[in-house]
Amino acid sequence: MKITRRMIIKSSLALLTLASLPRLLMAAAWPQKTFSASAASEALTVLLGTDVTTPSDKIDLKVPEIAENGAVVPVSVTTSLENVESISIVVKNNPRPMAATFEIPPGTLPKIATRIKMGETSDVMAVIKTSNGIYSASSEVKVTIGGCGG
Amino acid sequence: MAPTIKLSAKLDGNVADIKSLMFHPMETGSRINQDTGNTIPAHHITQLIFTNNGKQVMVANFSTAVSKNPFFGFSFAGAKVGDTLKATWVDNLGETDEIETQLV
Repeated sequence: MKITRRMIIKSSLALLTLASLPRLLMAAAWPQKTFSASAASEALTVLLGTDVTTPSDKIDLKVPEIAENGAVVPVSVTTSLENVESISIVVKNNPRPMAATFEIPPGTLPKIATRIKMGETSDVMAVIKTSNGIYSASSEVKVTIGGCGG
Repeated sequence: MAPTIKLSAKLDGNVADIKSLMFHPMETGSRINQDTGNTIPAHHITQLIFTNNGKQVMVANFSTAVSKNPFFGFSFAGAKVGDTLKATWVDNLGETDEIETQLV
């Protein structure tokens, strides 16, 4: 069989496709920049392109009013907003306000629960990105003993 | 090494309710060792990824502000008995662990 230029191009394209497959299966990189931001507005801008959020009563943010131990503060977020793409938890007064951000693929419910550390009394914000915009809900948690120091 | 992930999955219709618990120090990198005066280096999970039958159903990106021995819960639709749920974490030092369970 004669090897033509077309065949070489075809096979190299096939190889490229194969080589890029594992990348497609991998998750997006850990968003280091949003986590190293020292202000909530900067963390949001780095992650979502803006720090402007629309307050929404369709977000159910559950946090304790008073956290006796700032090292373990339970947080849960659910929402009736549709087409949710991500949920982020921001603790305004933490040295690094972005606590966690969750990517929600289609089929996964916009509903997460975790536990976070809080250095001091602060507003805790749930920021939800949907295909229509960026929404938020906020609630203050009073911290008796901070959970970031040694 | 002892498993570092505890995973529980409950099926309600086609919705799987997932709870997970990792054993990890989640060091912030800003704490001081009182005996030596040295900073304790950061050591924390960065990503926790769940797949169901190979399809990604959750990517959780953690900062150092997630509590020691992190708990994480979420739910996804389209699940059925016999599906293989897999949880994998990676930390900032490149350490990793994973666990698999069958949905029942």
